[in-house]
Amino acid sequence: MFRMLAIVAGLGLALAAPAEAQTPRKGGTIRMTAPYGSSFTSMDIHTTQRAQDEIYAKALHRSLYIWDSAEGKPIPELAKEAVVSGGGLVYTFKLRDDAYFHNGRKMTADDLIWSYNRIMDGTKAYPGARYVRIIEGAAAVEKGQAKEISGLKKIDDFTVEMKLTEKVDPAFYLFTALTSIYPADEAVKDSFIQHPIGLGPFKFVEHVPGSRIVLERWDRFYKPGKPYADKVIVSIMGEAAARDVAFRNKEIDTSVLGPAQYVAYQADPNLKGTIAEVAEVFTRYMGMNPAFKPFADKRVRQAMNYAIDTDLIINKLVKGKAYRATSWLPLTSPAYDKAMKPYAFDPAKAKQLLADAGYPSGFEFEWTTSQNESWGLPIVSAVIPMLDKVGIKVKVKQVEAAVLSEVVRSGDYQAFIYSQQTGPDPQAALKCFHSSTPQSACNYMNFKNAEFDKILDEAGQSDDAAKRTQLLQKANALLYEEAPVWFFNYNKAVMAVQPWLHGIQLNATELTHQNVEDVWVDETSPAK
Amino acid sequence: MPMLSFLIRRLLQTIPTVLAVVALVFVLFSVVPGSIVSSMSDDADPQVELRLKKQLGLDDPVYVRFGAYIAKLATGDFGTSFRTREPVTTMIAKRAWPTLQLVFTAMAFAVLLGVPLGFIAALQPGGLVDTLAMVLAVSGLSIAKFWLGLVLMYLFALKLGWLPSFGYGDGGLKYLILPAVTLGVSPMALFARTTRAAVLEIMTADFVRTARSKGMSETRVVKWHVMRNALVIILTTVGLQFGGLMGQAVVVEKLFSWPGIGSLLVDSVLQRDIPAVQGSILVVVLAFLAINLLIDLLYGVIDPRIRYA
Repeated sequence: MFRMLAIVAGLGLALAAPAEAQTPRKGGTIRMTAPYGSSFTSMDIHTTQRAQDEIYAKALHRSLYIWDSAEGKPIPELAKEAVVSGGGLVYTFKLRDDAYFHNGRKMTADDLIWSYNRIMDGTKAYPGARYVRIIEGAAAVEKGQAKEISGLKKIDDFTVEMKLTEKVDPAFYLFTALTSIYPADEAVKDSFIQHPIGLGPFKFVEHVPGSRIVLERWDRFYKPGKPYADKVIVSIMGEAAARDVAFRNKEIDTSVLGPAQYVAYQADPNLKGTIAEVAEVFTRYMGMNPAFKPFADKRVRQAMNYAIDTDLIINKLVKGKAYRATSWLPLTSPAYDKAMKPYAFDPAKAKQLLADAGYPSGFEFEWTTSQNESWGLPIVSAVIPMLDKVGIKVKVKQVEAAVLSEVVRSGDYQAFIYSQQTGPDPQAALKCFHSSTPQSACNYMNFKNAEFDKILDEAGQSDDAAKRTQLLQKANALLYEEAPVWFFNYNKAVMAVQPWLHGIQLNATELTHQNVEDVWVDETSPAK
Repeated sequence: MPMLSFLIRRLLQTIPTVLAVVALVFVLFSVVPGSIVSSMSDDADPQVELRLKKQLGLDDPVYVRFGAYIAKLATGDFGTSFRTREPVTTMIAKRAWPTLQLVFTAMAFAVLLGVPLGFIAALQPGGLVDTLAMVLAVSGLSIAKFWLGLVLMYLFALKLGWLPSFGYGDGGLKYLILPAVTLGVSPMALFARTTRAAVLEIMTADFVRTARSKGMSETRVVKWHVMRNALVIILTTVGLQFGGLMGQAVVVEKLFSWPGIGSLLVDSVLQRDIPAVQGSILVVVLAFLAINLLIDLLYGVIDPRIRYA
């Protein structure tokens, strides 16, 4: 199903299909852009969770698994195979014996164990800790109660045994660059942050802070014949309008498009064929605090969903650059239920529900938002008159993005609007609503529902994939009914790709994150 | 000797200014909501967060943190970035040259174009040149830098293909022209207006009338009396504009992917990387003070009547 969705979503790229059939050309330069800010946070990818940084890290580093966009799931990368035992709690990984760091040293099990221990250093708050925490004993290291992760055992130089705390698929946890494997001997040096060394297809050449990072082909990369390109340049371009000019001027090969540019590119016959789009695993929503009396009532929360003309906002304000959310799990989730229908726009029903809940004249609440153009203040501004029509008044509290993330984790809000990663693993996405998940982790609405917990626990214990999916769909449907949030949309990521760039993957976890060893440039590229 | 004592006195005067700025920035970022810890990890263990805050000194009272910061600063240590874990001085050193390149080129463009334009306009007040120059000046002051930058990109990169639209490249002139012109247009317009006003005022001064009545040629009057006196006013404006340019460079650097202190400052503020914010602002302030000190010294060179008293 995922594959089909990705293909449908990527109709734009289909126009370039004849070119894709060509034999990949060796050489040339891939010129990507990093659109989410005016710099990279750090050259130490363990320290940063920004999508911006993972763009370069996908070329420089490698993890135990890697995301396969075509399959819509993570597949082994540094692991050659994994043998599962112990009732699904023990994984024995056979590691590649042909993976060389950019300093020429072969990767061994020691590097993996060292890297995971480093990520769990509780004095550093490395963001990858949330993933490595699935390994038994990792949390103890994080809390300073142990020096090494007890659940990681080196069998030999290329075999590692990993004990998990619960029955989950570690692939979904150990594929991002946040869990990259570092060379233990190099990463302890101060120079590492200036000159990072990884296992990826490209090695570090230079970083001009605030402007670009340059990487060149690593000849000892373990995938035969790859990478194709000689060089990758990632230019930092936070301004959409500047990217637009540079793309049209053929100075860059990829450009993430915002809503306005999406419309403009679709209307331009010269640019329409450059569009690649995919439903990303991010759900945009308005979270409602059950500690705020009106939102404690399910009928009020449902009324919010009925009162807002979500389709109108997506079509007119977001310019169609989003998919209507039906519930929590996104369109590209393996447990997405196609049969589900979103809340209809029905102000009369909303009024009725409000009256039933004891709010016939509505109420007033404070809505905390950032300025984000796709899911922030502009959306709130559009919703206000819709809620007003059913008697609900809104007081807007505008904060910076950094503050918003603190607000949602602390519960210091009546309502907030946010974009949250809801995949790729549906179980992990739904676990955010499990009563055992603290608000500071990802249960931002402090959702507690015994029936939901039971269904999710049952799904976690199930070895039958079909039954598991069915249970996850049931949990997702329960969320729809309980409506802890206004289900707004699933992000449609859109990127313009020059016709000479081939092999771009429709990555639903983040479109800008490309396995660059599979990307190649043909001879028509101005960069040669 | 008077110049040396003036220099020492002025340097001493900068100390309270710098301290005031440092204190202001420190207090401001101590009270604004949001912290680096939340931007580092979405779901860090609360215990880890507390430990990290302790390690970064964020749980100490403001006065303790301020004292520690000043003590470090006195030794030239700007601290370590919360984000990159690099020394802030290293981060700033990497960014200082591109910013200086940008600001000085923009200033050179503004002075070389704005001052002559203002002179020419003032010499023919109400004439065609004056009208055109002032229309240009008013437009230059009114245009938003972001919009102007995009127009220049569109024209000179996309349509004419003469210059790259973004980036630092090898740091060469072709990458510098568009951002520098974008940054320099507004001060250029201001210099044109200031020069025109200064020259018009000086032209009616008694000493100019006296010079003319003594039979001095108009060229000599302008060169020896008008230009010299106007330069003092222009220099003051230039000095003040330097500070403005350092601030406005933030927008231009971000637009053109120029690797300067401005873009460092923006990202550091957004992620609450307090040491990097403090360091960046401090460097901008020091640069502003240094430029203005230099200009104060130049007053005496241009006009010997000005004493270093």
